Formats: sequence, structure tokens, C-alpha cells
Amino acid sequence: MVKINFRDTAAFYGAEPGGGAPTKVKITFVDSHGQPRTVEGEVGSTVMETARRNDIPEIAAECGGACACATCHVYVDSAWSEKTGKASQMEEDMLDFAFDVQPNSRLCCQITVRPELDGLIVKTPSQQG
Amino acid sequence: MSHPNAAEINTDVVIIGAGPAGLFTVFELGLLDIKAHIIDILPRAGGQCSELYPEKPIYDIPGLPLVTGQGLTDNLMQQIEPFGPTFHFNEMVETLTSVGTEHAPAFRLTTDAGKIFNAKVVIVAAGGGSFQPKKPPIPDIDQYEGKSVFYAVRQMEDFRDKDVVIVGGGDSALDWTLNLEPIAKSLTLVHRRDAFRAAPHSVSAMQELVAKGKIAFKLGQITHVEGNQGQLTAALLKTNDGAIEKLSCQRLMPFFGLTMKLGPVADWGLNLNENLVPVDTEKFETSHPGIFAVGDINYYPGKLKLILSGFHEGALAAQKAHRYIYPDKKLLFQYTTSSTNLQKKLGVS
Repeated sequence: MVKINFRDTAAFYGAEPGGGAPTKVKITFVDSHGQPRTVEGEVGSTVMETARRNDIPEIAAECGGACACATCHVYVDSAWSEKTGKASQMEEDMLDFAFDVQPNSRLCCQITVRPELDGLIVKTPSQQG
Repeated sequence: MSHPNAAEINTDVVIIGAGPAGLFTVFELGLLDIKAHIIDILPRAGGQCSELYPEKPIYDIPGLPLVTGQGLTDNLMQQIEPFGPTFHFNEMVETLTSVGTEHAPAFRLTTDAGKIFNAKVVIVAAGGGSFQPKKPPIPDIDQYEGKSVFYAVRQMEDFRDKDVVIVGGGDSALDWTLNLEPIAKSLTLVHRRDAFRAAPHSVSAMQELVAKGKIAFKLGQITHVEGNQGQLTAALLKTNDGAIEKLSCQRLMPFFGLTMKLGPVADWGLNLNENLVPVDTEKFETSHPGIFAVGDINYYPGKLKLILSGFHEGALAAQKAHRYIYPDKKLLFQYTTSSTNLQKKLGVS
């Protein structure tokens, strides 16, 4: 009988168990009061999904990751903004619905967790919706 | 049980929410000869599909390789047309009271528009709850709401000869900029960037007004308001280079889209699990017999918030609803491809 471990989603993204690229990275969410929370994010998932799975406050993600609500707004730490890249045109349009948008603003459902984002720091705003 | 009077609406089923799950449930009920009234807080059908992503393509509707949110809504409206559902838009169900028994459920619903419905079955298809305007995090803004800060225009006259500030870059912001410019004393449009999501012709019309000096356009965000007794005197603009500019105004309209709040659903005595309504997976019935929940608002082990799940849930809920509404009738399972009876109901036979 073939045993499939559905939780091992990293396997779907080509990461090799026991070697090769890491399948999990550390992501730190700093809330609007300055409280940091460091959690593990799975490569291939999104930063928003990582936040939701770990009950990170100040991330609402009302639309569930469809880039249609702007309630997973984060500020990417300046040391990481180059690696996370810039918002797409659709994401920029959605950021119009967020509050206190800054040049380092992103919707974290649009940031895919990759090995090179190990250590990523993002800050969350005081109000999403 | 109270005596229904002529002003009350009596129906088999009330569906709360006119999103895709609610709309398709009309179809499944209709095949079983069950009539439905649908109530939605929005001014149109479609729920999140037409409100959040009318133009965005959806790729995971079975049989439709690509359809937009609006396209799917239009198709569903066409599909349920033979069953003649009655829509009640711009209305929110405020109270839901059980007036029946476990085996013969009956409900009384009241809306914020003052309507009263008597129904045998209630199907909650309220998605993420009711859509409400997003309120910007400006200190004390709630003291001005409805008096000098508005999220929608109810009466244009209220803006005549006023200094008006409008915030946003979408169709609502641009449409009201164009509509209020002729009657306002002055109008300032504030947006965080020099790019607009609104329809291109609205954008060019707005830019023309700026070029003619009829309205002002400022890049930045409103961070504070000043005034007293709910009446605004000024809004503070933080420009994109960090400077603060005071804009004298008596009216402010922030357009940051809509957000979903669970709203009155929380007060109906249903079991709730993190703002979702738990249901069984046989009938999608809630903890209360006769009240069903379909689509994004329900929860059960393995739940996927997909439109196709809502369709399936509506079909199964309709089967059980039939038992409540026609307790003496036996339900025959039929296919629309072969049953002339169903085809007659669809008006194609």
C-alpha cells in the first residue's frame, strides 16, 4: 500500500528530503506594537498562508489569497525588499484598498516562500479592514 | 405563532445572500418545486464575485475553462430565471426567529428595511458576512460618520456648496469626483499614487478637470480630521514625501472598498466556529433544524472555500428542504437530461 503524507507538501515543490534546498524557512512577523513572532514557513506556500497557519495577528486575509481584498497588507523589512521583489500591477491596484501604504508595502498572499527568504522579516499594520 | 398580515411575505425558503452559492441553490430548489426569496445587503446579485472581482477570470468552475466573476453571476441569473426568484437587494436580515418545531420548522425574519418574511426553511449563503465600507484608521472618524464623513452618497444636495475631499482611485472615487464637482464649492481628490484603477474615460475626465483648475488632485493619504460636533472643518493630508498639509473641508468621502463583517448572523443562536457556521455534510443543515448554511459561510471537516463546493452544498440542502416543505411527497431523483418533468420546469420541454 502506498502511504501518502499529505502534510509533506514540500514534496510537491521538488525539494528533496534529507538534502538539497531547505523545505522550511524562518519568517518573523512584527506586529504593530513591535512584538516579533518567528514561525516556520513551508517553501512553496505563501507568507499569508504561513501567517494564517500560525495564528499571526493583524493578518485578516479575507479573500483567502485571491489578491482581491488587501487585508494581508505587510511592510517588508528594508533588508528583504529586494529579495521579495516588487508588487505586480494587480497587487498595486489592490494596495489602493489598504491603509497607510508605504513604498515597502506588499500583500503577503503574493509573496511565495522560497529558500532565499529564510529569515524574512515583515511588519503588520494596526488595521487591515 | 403570530398571525401573518398582508404586509408580510410568506414563502417556502428565504435565502440569505445572493452570491453564487445562494443563486445556484435557487436552481436546485426550483427543480423540486420550491420557491425562494433572496435577500442581500448589496444592490445587485453576485456577492464577492461581482463586488470583489467582477473582471477577474475564474478558472475552476467545472465546465467553464474561463469565466469572470460578473460572467458567472450573469450565467447563474440566466440559469435560475425559469424559477422566478424574488430578490430583495440593499437589505440586511436583522432577526431570525424560530416559530416552528423540530419536524415542522418555521421561521420569521425581519430586515433593516422593515420587511417581514415567514418561511419554512432558511438557507444562509452569506459568504464572509455582509459587505460594509472599509473605514480608514483616522482617529475619531466615527464621530463624523453620517454627518460629514460619508462612505456613499445618499443625497447629492448634501454636498452643494461644500468643500469636499474624496479619497481613492477606483470607480467610486472617480465617479463621485465627476458627479459632485459641478455642485461642490471645491473638490479635492486624494490618492496614494498617480495611477487609477477606475475606468479610463473617468480618469481622463478627472484629469481634464484638474488641468482646467476645477478640481485639485493631491498625492498622499488623509491621516487626521479636525472639527467639532461631528462637523468637519479640515482633513490633514500626509503627502508622499512626508509633509503635512491641512485641507479645509466640510465633507470627506473615503473610498477604500468593502470589507466583510459577519454582522447579525452571530445573533441568531446558531453554533459558530470562528465566524463560520458548522453544518453536517449530508444535508448542510446547521445545529438548528430547518436552517441550512451553504458556501463560504459554512464549516465542516475538509471544507474547501470554492464556488463549486457551494453548488454541491446547495443541491444537497435542497433535498432536505423538500422533506420539510412537502412532508407528504416522495422525492424522486431525476436528471435534467432525461426528465420531461424537470424540463417543463426549466421551460425547455
